[in-house]
Amino acid sequence: MIEYQNIFTQVQVQGKPEWGMDDSGEMLQQRAGKPFFSKFVGLFGNAQIGPINMGLYGIISCVCFMIWFNIVGFSMLAQVGWSIPEFIRQLFWLALEPPSPEYGLSMPPLNDGGAFIIAGMFFLVGCVTWWLRTYQLAQQHKMGKHVAWAFAALLWLILVLGLFRPILMGSWSEAVPYGIFPHLDWTTAFSIRYGNLYYNPFHCLSIVFLYGSVLLFAMHGGTILAVTRYGGDRELEQIVDRGTATERAALFWRWTMGFNATMEGIHRWAWWFAVLTPITGGIGILLTGTVVDNWFIWAQEHNFAPMYDGSYGYADYGSYEAFIGKEN
Amino acid sequence: MLPKWFDKWNQDNPTNVFGPAILIGVIGAAVFAAALIVTWGNPVQTTSLQTGPRGTGMSVPEFNLVRLSADPSIDGYYSEEPYVTEPGAPLAKTVYKNVQVLGDLTEDNFNRLMNAMTQWVAPDQGCVYCHGDAALEDYGDDALYTKVVARRMIQMTQNINENWDGHVNANNEVGVNCYTCHRGENVPSNIWFNISPVNERVDGWAAVQNRATSLSQSTSLPSNALQEYLSNGDQIVNVHSLESRVAGVPGVDEEDYASIQKTEMTYSLMNYFANSLGVNCVFCHNSRAFYDAGQVTPQWGTALLGRQMVIELNAEYLIPLQDVYPAERLGPVYADAPKAACKTCHKGYQQPMQGLNVIADWPELATSEAPVYQ
Repeated sequence: MIEYQNIFTQVQVQGKPEWGMDDSGEMLQQRAGKPFFSKFVGLFGNAQIGPINMGLYGIISCVCFMIWFNIVGFSMLAQVGWSIPEFIRQLFWLALEPPSPEYGLSMPPLNDGGAFIIAGMFFLVGCVTWWLRTYQLAQQHKMGKHVAWAFAALLWLILVLGLFRPILMGSWSEAVPYGIFPHLDWTTAFSIRYGNLYYNPFHCLSIVFLYGSVLLFAMHGGTILAVTRYGGDRELEQIVDRGTATERAALFWRWTMGFNATMEGIHRWAWWFAVLTPITGGIGILLTGTVVDNWFIWAQEHNFAPMYDGSYGYADYGSYEAFIGKEN
Repeated sequence: MLPKWFDKWNQDNPTNVFGPAILIGVIGAAVFAAALIVTWGNPVQTTSLQTGPRGTGMSVPEFNLVRLSADPSIDGYYSEEPYVTEPGAPLAKTVYKNVQVLGDLTEDNFNRLMNAMTQWVAPDQGCVYCHGDAALEDYGDDALYTKVVARRMIQMTQNINENWDGHVNANNEVGVNCYTCHRGENVPSNIWFNISPVNERVDGWAAVQNRATSLSQSTSLPSNALQEYLSNGDQIVNVHSLESRVAGVPGVDEEDYASIQKTEMTYSLMNYFANSLGVNCVFCHNSRAFYDAGQVTPQWGTALLGRQMVIELNAEYLIPLQDVYPAERLGPVYADAPKAACKTCHKGYQQPMQGLNVIADWPELATSEAPVYQ
């Protein structure tokens, strides 16, 4: 099985395109696009592209995202005087900014955050209808709603950043700007303004779950690939009928670190770690500025910001002259 | 080409040589690279300056070691010791006409300073840069703007050395003279002009940020930080709440409850400070609690004074000269006077000209009183 030593899928099956269930005889009603195969896409996943189930929620969502995208893009273009070269040059710097603070929660002029409010509204509707879409499609497939609830965790974080927290703070100016570098500026300024977010325990939790997700992903992916030669990639079969792949994988981790996940449980671990990342992060952000205004002082009051003995300033550790090589 | 017995032996003993060849190659390359680094020196050497207790990560790393060798403009520095004079020697105000600021200098020392100023500010043009083509007896005329500006700049230099001792002589006697900013150029490098708003068709905070400009140091942070914080003494730089819970709505209680936007403007100023000195945040702050005066370095206090100094220099000396300058010396957007800030003197070094004492030889620039020559 030399194919499995490659990062790309080497074996591709292409035949008549798969259309999905047609139990109600309405197969083509909501499914758009003529399916086709792509050898390139097949290297990474399933070679078949389409059809796609648009559905009412899907259409609303796409339209809303498109409107949001255009408001943001044309606002940026207007800011550089409709100059395309300048737009490309400054693309990562430009942004559609939230209103200036003096407008509070009122509707500001279009050129000072009004466009942001309108764009944000479409963004929000787009996100919510996309969530409804994940729920509805799972329902139609008689699946569990795990994907929808996982997406809802992200929706929580988005709503906290753009809706709940600005309302609690009494100002739309607290929302995150739509721009590549500007949203990073916001992130840094948010931490600096509220006294260092690293001392926010929910931020700590969010980081734990984020890094934990990465670790679990690597461990699980590594384990399954490692036992693929024994049929371990057929996880569902292994769940109902343990084979040597499962036995070896379990043994590997039990001998390595004393205990192991199960073929079922590892997916719950991964799901919960992923879902708890935005949930705890959202709680941390919601508390910032509303309940706690300076996390470092809060951490001192709760006795978990340590003190360091020692003096400040380079004079106690060396001299400027030594640093610039004028003396030793 | 090779002997038959060798080919035959190889055919009879097939061996995969790639595994050992790669292994030996990798080990050999590593030994070779290590030998190069040991004998020729590490090309990406870094060094660092510890600025606080261990465990706090307080260290200023320097990746560009060229900046630690001598500042090239030190070589071009001209200086001359003062002439010790007898009491009753003729003073410049009696010998020359229209000497308003340096009148108490003796004639020799006056000419010594005039010569040095030429070297510092107009080495190519010489005396004519300020005095024009006039005959020597007409050197008292104020016909050229350069002479009027130079007089005010001498007063500014005296003020800095006399009243801002805590900033310019914070560590050792360093002081400033014309060369600190000018470095042999008519117009000092790293001056700045107002450019905000930088974005079209928007108002408020959206208009002054999110553009790579010289004043935003090519970041997307606000471009008006120098304008707001270094020409307006009423602007408060600190944006933190000093208690764990403070009531307030950003924008409504702007005085005590800073907004995210204002925080970004402060960040922009701090980024400018850092770039001007070639340092990072922890040169002055313990970054876990930026605002905490109990966890800052002595350099924090020096920088604080520096800001007040720059505000005064801009407000009292540089901005009022606006009407004296010709159009080509004014700002490109608002035709405003050129202004100074940290980088105008520091030029990317922790101390201008790495702490070279530029005031020891120039007692007449150290005080606005009559100088004492010893």
